[in-house]
Amino acid sequence: MTGVDLAEEGGKTMTKSELIAYLAEENPHLYQRDVERIVTTIFDEIASALSRGDRVELRGFGAFSVKQRDARIGRNPRTGEAVQVDAKRVPYFKTGKQLRDKLNNN
Amino acid sequence: MSGETITRSQLSEAVYQEVGLSRNESADLLESVLTKISNTLAGGESVKISSFGSFSVRSKGQRIGRNPKTGEEVPILPRKVLVFRPSQVLKSKISGLPVEQPSPPTFGSSEFE
Repeated sequence: MTGVDLAEEGGKTMTKSELIAYLAEENPHLYQRDVERIVTTIFDEIASALSRGDRVELRGFGAFSVKQRDARIGRNPRTGEAVQVDAKRVPYFKTGKQLRDKLNNN
Repeated sequence: MSGETITRSQLSEAVYQEVGLSRNESADLLESVLTKISNTLAGGESVKISSFGSFSVRSKGQRIGRNPKTGEEVPILPRKVLVFRPSQVLKSKISGLPVEQPSPPTFGSSEFE
């Protein structure tokens, strides 16, 4: 693949606890443990929607859905040996238009 | 799979049920979470939500694309794209879902019995 590099290389990462700390600071009337429950609830809710096969659409941000990957013959890259890979379902995220534009400063 | 579509309103309802803030404030907090994640990513930083997944920004170089209708070559400018990598926990929650098997070849006309 040409012309592709990871922007996260050497870049910083915000973790869930840093997100919680930021929100707690922005909302001084809330206990940090409540902010923690809020953030946890949001992501748990998205995860359980997906595990029911539902789709989560957050306009402007993006949409989480579940995609099917069909069974295929894979190959162990080390040994070159062919292996059967079963059909499976995987989580998928499609970035919303507004966020996509924001990443490109439009 | 014909699932439902969950939106902001169901997510903020869940926050409301769980934490006991007002509905308005629950909706505002959900929005703050999404805005903070968006702004962080726009600043080039990744976001990692443990046991859910991580969002990171990738820079894509310029390449030559083609208008599929006219065959005309058009440059695709360098741009940034968001990549979501689900955590192992999320993956295994979802891999348990039933998979649609390609329908096996049918012999005979059992369909119309």
